Amino acid sequence: MLRLTDQPIDPAALRATLFDPGAGAYCGFEGWIRNQNEGQAVLRLEYEAYEPLAISEGEAVLAEARQKFPHLHAHCVHRTGLLEIGECAVWVGVSSPHRDEAFQACRYIIDQLKVRLPIWKKEHYVDGHSGWVNCERCAAAG
Amino acid sequence: MKSITVRYFAMFREHAGVSEETLALDVATAGDVFKATRDRHGSTEPNGHCKVAINDVMAQWESPVADGDTVLLFPPVAGG
Repeated sequence: MLRLTDQPIDPAALRATLFDPGAGAYCGFEGWIRNQNEGQAVLRLEYEAYEPLAISEGEAVLAEARQKFPHLHAHCVHRTGLLEIGECAVWVGVSSPHRDEAFQACRYIIDQLKVRLPIWKKEHYVDGHSGWVNCERCAAAG
Repeated sequence: MKSITVRYFAMFREHAGVSEETLALDVATAGDVFKATRDRHGSTEPNGHCKVAINDVMAQWESPVADGDTVLLFPPVAGG
């Protein structure tokens, strides 16, 4: 299951959805909003997603992980909207029979989500400016 | 000429000043649409960091576009 939400993420509640008597390992990842990026002091972040394709592409990533790692349970929740420093922007949780595939699957999922889902973040800086993360590079490359 | 609805996201939308528009374009591929609308979204060439979808399905820059298609132009994604 992959879903988007404009409400705070509760990792403890989400973790419970992965319980399985056959699972001996749980691995979770939380991405948090930090207060600086590339030398700029960040005040808050704003996430925009194109939900139809974020969901379908995210489900594709989860399906790939399940194919690579049998008996895996995997969920992901990603925030949209305005987030303050310290808030959880993304949560990925997996459970599996053994820890090795749990670590690997969790890493695979978050790495793929970051480069494939149509989600964008705009940083609002302490000095009052704002900017889309990575997008300036695209324009410069053009 | 083909009637193509172009949707802009994030930085592209802010640059264009609209989230979508329907244009008459002489184009064959998604990459052609990107180039034909460069003055709108502000990026000259599609590169590895930008993505495209046609009618809500992820596509390639070489993918053909047909009359009536909706082409979604995604600037570099930055989830997580």
